[in-house]
Amino acid sequence: MTQSELPVLTKKDFESDQDVRWCPGCGDYSILAQTQKTMPDFGVAKEKIVFISGIGCSGRLPYYMNTFGFHTIHGRAATIATGLKAARPDLMVWVITGDGDALSIGGNHLIHAMRRNVDMKMIMFNNRIYGLTKGQASPTSPIGKKTKSTPLGTIETPIIPLNLVAAAEASFIARSVDTHSEHLQEMMHRAGEHSGAAFLEVLQNCNIFNDGAWRDFTDKSVKEDRMLVLKHGEPMIFGAEKNKGIRLNGLRPEVVTIGENGVSVADLWVHDETDPDATRTQILSRMWWPDFPVPVGVFRRVPRPTHDQLLVEQIDGAKAARAAKGPVDLQKLLASGETWTVE
Amino acid sequence: MTTNKSGEQQSITELDRVTIRFAGDSGDGMQLTGSQFTATTALFGNDVSTLPDFPAEIRAPAGSLPGVSGFQISFSSGDIHTPGDRPDVLVAMNPAALKVNIADLVPGGGIIVNTDAFNEINLRKAGYESDPLKDRSLQGYNLYEIPMSTMVANACEGLGMTSKQIELTKNFFALGVMFWLYERSMAATEKWIAEKFAGKDAVAEANRRALHAGYAFGETTEMFHTHYRVAPAHLPPGMYRNITGNEATALGFVTASRLAERDLFLASYPITPASDILHQLSSYKHLGIKTVQSEDEIAAIGAAVGAAYGGALGMTTTSGPGMALKAEMLGLAVMVELPLVVVDVQRAGPSTGMPTKTEQGDLLMSMFGRNSDSPIPVVAPATPAECFTMAIEAWRIALKHMTPVVYLSDAFLATGAEPWLIPQVADLPSIKVENAPAATGPGFRPYKRDPETLARPWAVPGTPGLEHRIGGLEKLDELGTVSYDPDNHHRMNLLRAEKVARIVRDIPATEIYGDDRGELLILGWGSTYGSIRSAVERLRARGRKVGHAHIRHINPLPGDLGEILQRFDKVLMPELNAGQLRMLIRSKYLVDAIGFNLVRGKPFQIGEIEAKAESLLGESVEVAK
Repeated sequence: MTQSELPVLTKKDFESDQDVRWCPGCGDYSILAQTQKTMPDFGVAKEKIVFISGIGCSGRLPYYMNTFGFHTIHGRAATIATGLKAARPDLMVWVITGDGDALSIGGNHLIHAMRRNVDMKMIMFNNRIYGLTKGQASPTSPIGKKTKSTPLGTIETPIIPLNLVAAAEASFIARSVDTHSEHLQEMMHRAGEHSGAAFLEVLQNCNIFNDGAWRDFTDKSVKEDRMLVLKHGEPMIFGAEKNKGIRLNGLRPEVVTIGENGVSVADLWVHDETDPDATRTQILSRMWWPDFPVPVGVFRRVPRPTHDQLLVEQIDGAKAARAAKGPVDLQKLLASGETWTVE
Repeated sequence: MTTNKSGEQQSITELDRVTIRFAGDSGDGMQLTGSQFTATTALFGNDVSTLPDFPAEIRAPAGSLPGVSGFQISFSSGDIHTPGDRPDVLVAMNPAALKVNIADLVPGGGIIVNTDAFNEINLRKAGYESDPLKDRSLQGYNLYEIPMSTMVANACEGLGMTSKQIELTKNFFALGVMFWLYERSMAATEKWIAEKFAGKDAVAEANRRALHAGYAFGETTEMFHTHYRVAPAHLPPGMYRNITGNEATALGFVTASRLAERDLFLASYPITPASDILHQLSSYKHLGIKTVQSEDEIAAIGAAVGAAYGGALGMTTTSGPGMALKAEMLGLAVMVELPLVVVDVQRAGPSTGMPTKTEQGDLLMSMFGRNSDSPIPVVAPATPAECFTMAIEAWRIALKHMTPVVYLSDAFLATGAEPWLIPQVADLPSIKVENAPAATGPGFRPYKRDPETLARPWAVPGTPGLEHRIGGLEKLDELGTVSYDPDNHHRMNLLRAEKVARIVRDIPATEIYGDDRGELLILGWGSTYGSIRSAVERLRARGRKVGHAHIRHINPLPGDLGEILQRFDKVLMPELNAGQLRMLIRSKYLVDAIGFNLVRGKPFQIGEIEAKAESLLGESVEVAK
């Protein structure tokens, strides 16, 4: 059966026979459901899809996907994905990780997977806490956060994940929210369509150890006013009455009200996902409630050759250059350099 | 007798074996000089063995003691196994090189010095209070004083090069002298110069002139009363090349890829003394070999595991400190039962230790350095050329038994060289294994084992019907799903151990050199092979009942080893560590093996093993058995 004759797959085809074992009410259920719903979009056979995860609550996701899955070790999923994709460019590789897994123990690998542009779609569940180990501070916990390991409050400045991956040259950067299911599905779809290293941060609620971490701006009752849904080529407008906007004053973003002080839509910052310079991506990534609405959507999407493409290109080039000199002979390779014969 | 240009006669002295050490500042090109002399000597047909000895600092301060770089070569008309205990001739390019190496020289040995480097500043840097060339402190040796810098300056006149550039050619002058002294041809080095400096005519010409000037100096001067002839050795027939352990390792993996009919993927983080394997395999893009220079040691083995998961020959190369970092991922490879080869080119430790110096200190780490019971096969080549065979053997075991394998080389094997009888690829047996076939319908069991080897199927992504999940969590027997069942965990632990233990069924019988029973067995592994073999040859020549067994498969140990140990009165185990294999041997066979352990970052000298063996043997008379 060729790729073009694939039967139409549904969410059901991507559900494994394993019981899902996250805490009732966990945001991960929604992420799993959107992942299973999105998979048929790509027209890729199930056996060609691989989910690789690290350690943490998020790391369980591959067990629930009826694809190939590899639940690896803490922080290292990106390294295994790098090797797999290099060896097997034909596969579609997803990496499932969390804020501790990707930003703390796996921070180095995250940076290098992004700069290499490994063709992997990384979904980072950010709940600002260590859930699996029962509630310690994570690299995204806000200063002052009291946890079991920081009883007087953490004294460490949190990482802004999207700012970090923008600095690491990620070619696709996006953010969504676990409960905003339609938006999350759209972001997964966009990440899956991207060729290269895609990083999708999902603001996820851990209802046991850090309940309501994002509620201030993600809650239905306030999200219109406190979040900014990015749309490519469109001015940044938000608010229940669609009358607020973001204006860029030099490199400083400002919240303005349309129709006040002579501000019109034409003054607003127009979002450009494809801006080759990541400076504006970083400015966007640093916008945060309550000073700004929290942006969600695709921050950045730039074309760049992937690691596996470049690797194969080099090999093909070297093979072609070598072929011009005659066939490659392993026996000759072994006998390269100065040789002599003993009679 | 030969006649030199001034009509005087010079004698030729026949020798069986000569050991030369080239020593100079790290910037003096001693490694190059040594390897050029080695290549020519191997081409000439002598058996050769070499030991490079260089500082970890790329360029320690010029003229200082830590900056001394050396290269020792031993060559012979007979079969030799080591680069020689003590040099017969020392080429010292500066006072520091003399100071560092003089104690090793045999009494009455030859010293060839570049007198131009023996100035007040260099003498002070080397810590000499008076000039050793003038204070008679070297009178127990044959001292040859040659103003090499002056000679190359004269030889290269008119080439339009700076005096600094010309000074750089003095190592080729020294090489020329040695070529003359030992009746070697300059042709191979001349060819090398032409290729290396293609397009840089002046540099090529300067090096060529320096080489010829050295040779002519030997020929015409009255300084050397004799030159030496070391006849070609009688090696088995076939085509040979000279090869270092790292080169042989890299070629072994390329060949394993061919024999397994699978792509080779190497991810590695640069580390001395393993990096050359990464460099060499990275230059084989035209063979389809994929390499990645990873961001760290963990990423390197992670990528290798990922490639193995995808069905390639995934591997990584490192040295001790990197090996320590790979422990957790090795444990994952044990749990998910994927084939993987990890090369540890051991160096002196602990910690950063002495990066360019050899040691055998990572054996127990390879065996046990992971959380919980996590059995991994370990193999170890014994000589530089054998690195080729054992690289293939590592992959054979990994593939047939679906397991990670540790391949333990060391700095001495990695950088040492010897002649290699080039094998015929067509004669090498296949090590091919099949992927699990596509399936229709549910019910695929990723942990259903081969009844003979207990290997699980290699179910690579992309195979329809085999969608399944693996990971570091304990697996339910056969089904491979996550299991916390106590009895299942116990059973899986036993299965993992038994799978590795069964490898013993297809590893070869232990060869014993010398007596296969008697007073003393010397048991070794890895790069101590040459020193032990030579010591046993000498002991037996004196009528001692001694045997030598050398272990290539450390886990599992050969099936016949226990019985062999029983046949000897005493067992001596020389190791360049505190007794790591000895600990395993004693615990497994309850044999009171005696250790001989030196950790100086250097190989054993033959004489040291010989003396230790003698101390364990009775009076030097034939004992009837």
